[in-house]
Amino acid sequence: MPKAELARSLGAPAAFGQSQFAFMRGHAFEARVKADGGAELLRLTHAHLGGGPEPVPGEARVPDLSAAGPEGRSARTELALREATAAGAWTLLDHPMLVLDVAGTPAFLEPDAVVVAPDGTWTVVEIKSFPMVDGAADAAKVGAAARQSAVYALALQDAAARLDPAPEVRHRVLLVCPKDFSNLPAASAVDIRKQLSVTRRQLSRLTRVEEIAATLPPGTTFDVTRSPAELTAAVEAVPATYAPECLAACELAFHCRARARAADEVTALGRSLRAELGALTTVEAALAAARGEAGDPDDPAVAALRRAGELRAEALAGGAA
Amino acid sequence: MTPAPPASPAAPAAFDPAAAAARATDAILRDTLHGTHRGVVVDSPPGAGKSTLVVRAARELAAAGRPLMVVAQTNAQVDDLVLRLAEKDPELPVGRLHSSDSDPYDKALDALANVRKSTKAADLAGLDVVVSTAAKWAHVRGVEPWGHAIVDEAYQMRSDGLLAVAGLFERALFVGDPGQLDPFAIAEAEQWAGLAYDPSASAVSTLLAHNPELPQHRLPVSWRLPASAAPLVSDAFYPFTPFRSGTGPGDRALDFGVPSDGSGPDRVIDEAAATGWGLLELPARHTPRTDPEAVRAVALVVRRLLDRGGVTTSERSAEPAPLTADRVAVGTAHRDQAAAVRAALAGLGVVDVTVDTANRLQGREYDVTVVLHPLSGRPDATAFHLETGRLCVLASRHRHACVVVCRAGVDALLDDHPDTEPVQLGVTVKFPDGWDAMMTTWDHLSAHRVPWRP
Amino acid sequence: MTLTDDLARLEATATGRARPRATVRHRHLSERPLVFVPLTTAGEAGAPLGALIGTERTSPRLLVVPQPRDRDLRFAFLAQLADTVLPYVESYADDVEAAERTETDPETGKRVKVEVDLCADAPQLIVPSRAGIEFVRLLGRSTRFRRTAEQDPDTPHPAPPRVPLLGRWLTHFGERARVPGSALLLAMTDLLSRHWATGQSSLEEQHLGALLAWIEAPAGGSGAEAALRAELARDAAGQLLCPPAGPATDPAFDNDLLAPAVERYDRARTALAAAEDGLAADARLAELTAAEREIRALVESRTRPTWDAVWRGLDALCTLPAAERAEDRWRSDRWSFTAHRDRVAAGEPPQPRRDDAVTAAQKLATREREQARLDAQEALDDPLVMAGRRLRGEAFAGEVTQVVMAYGEGRSPRPRPLVTVRTADRPHLDEGVKVYRSLGGKPQAAQFVTYAADGGDGRDGGAALVLRILDKMGRGKEPEPGSVPEAGDRLCWTLFEHEQRGGPKLPDPEDTPWTHGGPPDATAESPDPVTAEDTL
Repeated sequence: MPKAELARSLGAPAAFGQSQFAFMRGHAFEARVKADGGAELLRLTHAHLGGGPEPVPGEARVPDLSAAGPEGRSARTELALREATAAGAWTLLDHPMLVLDVAGTPAFLEPDAVVVAPDGTWTVVEIKSFPMVDGAADAAKVGAAARQSAVYALALQDAAARLDPAPEVRHRVLLVCPKDFSNLPAASAVDIRKQLSVTRRQLSRLTRVEEIAATLPPGTTFDVTRSPAELTAAVEAVPATYAPECLAACELAFHCRARARAADEVTALGRSLRAELGALTTVEAALAAARGEAGDPDDPAVAALRRAGELRAEALAGGAA
Repeated sequence: MTPAPPASPAAPAAFDPAAAAARATDAILRDTLHGTHRGVVVDSPPGAGKSTLVVRAARELAAAGRPLMVVAQTNAQVDDLVLRLAEKDPELPVGRLHSSDSDPYDKALDALANVRKSTKAADLAGLDVVVSTAAKWAHVRGVEPWGHAIVDEAYQMRSDGLLAVAGLFERALFVGDPGQLDPFAIAEAEQWAGLAYDPSASAVSTLLAHNPELPQHRLPVSWRLPASAAPLVSDAFYPFTPFRSGTGPGDRALDFGVPSDGSGPDRVIDEAAATGWGLLELPARHTPRTDPEAVRAVALVVRRLLDRGGVTTSERSAEPAPLTADRVAVGTAHRDQAAAVRAALAGLGVVDVTVDTANRLQGREYDVTVVLHPLSGRPDATAFHLETGRLCVLASRHRHACVVVCRAGVDALLDDHPDTEPVQLGVTVKFPDGWDAMMTTWDHLSAHRVPWRP
Repeated sequence: MTLTDDLARLEATATGRARPRATVRHRHLSERPLVFVPLTTAGEAGAPLGALIGTERTSPRLLVVPQPRDRDLRFAFLAQLADTVLPYVESYADDVEAAERTETDPETGKRVKVEVDLCADAPQLIVPSRAGIEFVRLLGRSTRFRRTAEQDPDTPHPAPPRVPLLGRWLTHFGERARVPGSALLLAMTDLLSRHWATGQSSLEEQHLGALLAWIEAPAGGSGAEAALRAELARDAAGQLLCPPAGPATDPAFDNDLLAPAVERYDRARTALAAAEDGLAADARLAELTAAEREIRALVESRTRPTWDAVWRGLDALCTLPAAERAEDRWRSDRWSFTAHRDRVAAGEPPQPRRDDAVTAAQKLATREREQARLDAQEALDDPLVMAGRRLRGEAFAGEVTQVVMAYGEGRSPRPRPLVTVRTADRPHLDEGVKVYRSLGGKPQAAQFVTYAADGGDGRDGGAALVLRILDKMGRGKEPEPGSVPEAGDRLCWTLFEHEQRGGPKLPDPEDTPWTHGGPPDATAESPDPVTAEDTL
């Protein structure tokens, strides 16, 4: 679902989008990492994860994966994976197409690269444009990359399970980033066992969460050519749990925020604040409790707010002790 | 530390827990007394006999003419160790190094003839065993280093704490439970994440990162957790280092003289007595942390536990033992929740039951525990509430049964808050994931659900 | 965040104006801060695009890198930055006062007091937001290992003379900023959100324009609308009306305005290089100058609103009286500045890429101690902060209702008076717990004895507590006058200590134990390798 388009149509576009400077540099970096038949990428894979004898530059296999449509490309990818495993040679699959079953629907996924090592193991490679400075990188971004890689690894596991014997999909992925302030690659092996376990569980629950889809009005659609009113109705039919953290991650967050603010929801002020207030979910209800005008005094949240109101008023009036 | 692959599910024909535990202990003592490495690491799951091991290792080292220092993390742990040492071997000369604060140690130590107490390490020189907290040891200067040390609760010790004391000994046995709460810092430490000596990491992770060749052992049997609890705790919190219960399904029993009155508390008590677990589920509702209804439900369950004439049968004694207030504990995530439960219990006339947070219940053991679920009534799941160690501590204090009190809707809450933890490069991944462990335990508890009815 | 702060946020939401979180200013503000508003190039770490910098509100210095990928132009920017920052920093280096410091005598191993210089004042850098602090660190990291032609005549791309020194100072500022309560390098968004709550979440408060909109909202309230406008409103051409405080730029600015301007600049430069005669060169130079001027204007247009916002933020902060104990913490900043001044003067090498085990542990110990000190001092300085601690059961205020003289045990019994305090607060008191009050600026300790029989147990909204006073009553048998509370006194007691104890002494780095990998590698850090891009 193209969320950015949807957000624009709803009249609440976010400041998302990519600078062409970042875009160009990112592309230049990925091209550089994969240049010369993937020589540098395979060297890094071997250095961090092993997998057999050291790759010889220029001798690695880089199969052509082009085919018509996602189904064709994923079939071509599976064939290439099988051949590479049988060949027992360093193989770089550049932008393969993987398929993962999500709640009964095939989802097509395109990782940056998958490496098949001579020992027959398969490794997911993620190439990112944020830097690794002195071996450290932005933890939130690495976390996002790890979760993304876990989905690819699950799809790879499915593909592996269709072979006999099933090749091993490594639970460590290779994260490749620009080194320090340069455009040279640096790599790190990231253990994604946690993310794999969580993703696997989420996917298994998604089949049950199909009930969510069943609660949507018939004919609900996310087609962005519809009128804003229709779209709003469609989006609002999906229960969304807005929190300010969404702003950094989702194109629709400004829309959800506007909804939360219009409804006077305390959620818009942050999760920790909301958690303090228990059943008081609107700003007005909380303030009325603090003023002593409403709320059950036996509710600890009401009692605490009332006391907070008294203490705040006392301190602001200048009478400390 | 690289977790070992999961053990084969196919159990050996006859698993002898005592023999397995003895083999592990022998290997640990062999490495400690006769090994060539400077360190030995022992992972001990809940109730696997860590304290027994520490006491035994200390006595054997002392008996071999090798005086040692013991580093524990809290004064209570230090006093407990000294008491255990004296109980096992009243003749053993033990030193208790303590701070100069008021009430620095348990007064019970004053009754022990061979325990000397001092604020100065020099006063205790020459004793077979000298015990103190890491914080106190860190201030010790100008003494001859010990040949041996035992570092207890090493997973709860911070790397910088070890740095401050490691100069005091030549070699050491590190013992601890990797599944309990991690140490934490109250200031920014992110810039050192991924460094082997990250000062905010646990002492064991630094030690092993620099000395990967050190022998690592594991105590394979929990003597505390009953057969009904060990598999769940092992699966949920120790997926790569499984352990077993020392007792079998029929070895323990919890019975009540007074029959159920049909109320929610009584039914959940019966469910827990029969199966080891009970989930008392209150209607879904967002509440403040000190949810009065949940707090009252916890208090009522405790009241009924004590009123119904409970008796426990176990391998410990031939005769059934009455379930008394000192054998029951309540665990919460937050201090204010503990305070609210204490007040509610006082209102019901119950005063001798321990009520505390997970942090303070670490290392403790009871027959029955009542747990206020960390996610009960919450509108969201934060990193604090999802912390694996917190739930692990709460779910692994009991010898017979554990009753969890919770608002409905935890599964939906977890669905809404999938894990989005940041990942630091170079940091060894700790298992398992809090979100995943929550799901695993919740799935299990759901099979023992009793709806609230006053 | 305590519930009193949450309440301030709720009030702000309802009234449309920021509400106070403090009654005094908890950070030292310099008379002459150096304000630094940097912009960075998207997609590249620590690559400056430009900056406004200076100590005069009306006349900032504009620094611009017309082609961000050109290493020579970047060096020119850094040289100019050094020309601004270093004279400012050095202007504080020479004015010193005598101070005492405890050191370990290398001969005897004893702790002795020595007299040393302490800089009388210190520089203060202010950036718009937390991302600005991170950028200062990146600039410091990317420049401190550079080699100048003087240091290494063979270095292929020598840095301008003072750039490595700039890197060392920026690194010092960036590291100091991690110490809670420090004020050598501050982010305006942090300063403002420390003192005011808005009707937004703390995440949204990282937007300086939106934050100021709430704080500057007039009575009657329109902060929410103004903040939304600052966040999202765009002109007809799709540009944000209030540019982000940086250092990252808005992608629409990069794509629609900056990229075409940089392209024109590149074309003009290529054309100039290809000019075949003087006349053509003159014309093309004019084109190049015009192209450069255009980029400068673009950078200024995106930094100037932020520059003004930082100064308006300072105006707002100056309406609050300075907190008493903030000066105490500023003294620690002055020590930090003096120490780095001495390291630079002594010719020590730049800070290493990563701390060794002992340095890391020492830094963490300092930060934890300073965090505890900050928490205590802010509460003691500010009744509004103390209100939050009281609500959390970490302090209580009340009236002394009774004082009974009592004495301790021992050969010469010391006064241990029992004081009954009636309070409406509900402190988390366990038996024997210690509490503290401020007596002439120094903490006096007391011990909680029991709840008074007639005063309830603290669960009905009020309680009477009996405390035993433990110290600060002089050496005699009778307490010194004024050292014991009297009936009728209104006092505030805390469960937290007012002053922090020093931590244990850690080993010297060369004595790092085996558990932590032994002594660190003593070889000097090498400069970052030169890459193909350095010869763009």
